[in-house]
Amino acid sequence: MSFRVVADLDLCQAHQVCQGEAPQVFGFDAEADRVTVLQEHPDESLRSDVRSAVKYCPAMALAIEEE
Amino acid sequence: MSIPEVSYVVPDDPGRNWGHLAEMRVDPIGLFERVRAECGDIGRFRLADKDVVLVSGAEANEQFFRAPDSTLDQAAAYPFMTPIFGKGVVFDASPEERQQMLKNQALRGDMMRGHASTIEAEIRRMVADWGDAGEIDLLDWFAELTIYTTSACLIGRPFREELDSSFAHHYHELERGTDALAYVDPYLDIESFRRRDAAREQLVELVRGIIDRRKARGTVPREERDLLDVLISIDMSADHITGIFISMMFAGHHTSSGTASWALIELMRNPETMAAVVTELDDLYADGSEVSFQALRSIPQLEAALKETLRLHPPLVILMRVVREEIELAGHRIPPGTVVAASPRVSNRIGTDFPDPETFDPGRYVDPRQEDLQNRWTWIPFGAGKHRCVGNAFAMMQMKAIFSVILRDYEFEMAQPPESYRDDVSKMVIQLEQPCRVRYRRRQR
Repeated sequence: MSFRVVADLDLCQAHQVCQGEAPQVFGFDAEADRVTVLQEHPDESLRSDVRSAVKYCPAMALAIEEE
Repeated sequence: MSIPEVSYVVPDDPGRNWGHLAEMRVDPIGLFERVRAECGDIGRFRLADKDVVLVSGAEANEQFFRAPDSTLDQAAAYPFMTPIFGKGVVFDASPEERQQMLKNQALRGDMMRGHASTIEAEIRRMVADWGDAGEIDLLDWFAELTIYTTSACLIGRPFREELDSSFAHHYHELERGTDALAYVDPYLDIESFRRRDAAREQLVELVRGIIDRRKARGTVPREERDLLDVLISIDMSADHITGIFISMMFAGHHTSSGTASWALIELMRNPETMAAVVTELDDLYADGSEVSFQALRSIPQLEAALKETLRLHPPLVILMRVVREEIELAGHRIPPGTVVAASPRVSNRIGTDFPDPETFDPGRYVDPRQEDLQNRWTWIPFGAGKHRCVGNAFAMMQMKAIFSVILRDYEFEMAQPPESYRDDVSKMVIQLEQPCRVRYRRRQR
């Protein structure tokens, strides 16, 4: 089962916690001051890092969708 | 307006026509709960001359929290804050801009490690004179601690070193000066407002004294300066500086103080959770690691207990906005000028989202339940959307640091019946009702 990473840009507050938790999956657009999703369908091995990013996002702007 | 109005339980004062204000001053939570029970996802009560439309439930909450600032204005909704920040104090920036500044400076991610060690040091100072056993009042103790932590982290350690418990005492009087009568007139001649204004003058005097000492001392190397030095250097008045400091500390003070108190109460009321958290902390720190390191990392059992405390006892029970442009909420068009609100206290206890909602159950946050992430628009102790509390990561870190220190060195027991711990809800800023006493004893390890 694969999963999709979703970032709600209306909610992102640019705390950049996700970059610390899963640097391969989340980047940052300094100009827009918003998160960027580098890999929408990351490898299963990154799931627990992404899960931490979702859990600790201070803006609750991230989600995992199962596919 | 076609939105149903909630019933009356507490009658209006004769001849006043203040609507539900009388109930707001004695049982606001009962009022908000009744709005949902009687009216559903959208209902209405009256606060003096204003209609307040209260929404709840995921769909209406999402509409509320996603609305842009141009539609729903946050600043105008809290008239009781104006005299606290200072009537004459004109801020150069909107609340949104100041929130952004705070986030970009003191609350930056890379500042957190320093804050964690500052907080640990402040807790250790507060317990330094505890001895092996004794008793504390939760409100007094945590309110003082969080004055030191918020001032040290948000303004600067040199400023914090100038403070003692008198600052916390005056600050508390400000928080007590938030009677809902402010919706009639924030400058009414009533006892709590007089004390509020006197306390603010005392705080200005304290800050003026600190400013005078800084000026007499002369300049110091850059690394020893803090925000106060910066504001002095641009010739800002003591009154204005005090207003800025009060506003910077406000969002982080009573909220953190209350959450720490309620977390300790819930842990004492739920011995199994307490035991699990203490074991978790003992294991985590068995290798001699630092609080400033661990408080920034995952402490799952403690985090779950804190989240559940926040769900049941959100420090802010109502979040308000003033409608600037017509908005549709739950199928109703709301005209400009109306006050609209969401209630963390009501939404956090919606039974369909949080089964057995009155029960303290940290298991809600464990995979796969994750009731906070599953209910992003109703699990709202920090609000939601664009204005979700920017200090929430700081707050969680602070809570983890506090409990990492006190639960490893001390054990606690209630000094009064479990059900006697309750909030004083007579003001808009809700605080623990006194007495709220707790006994501690140094752990034998």
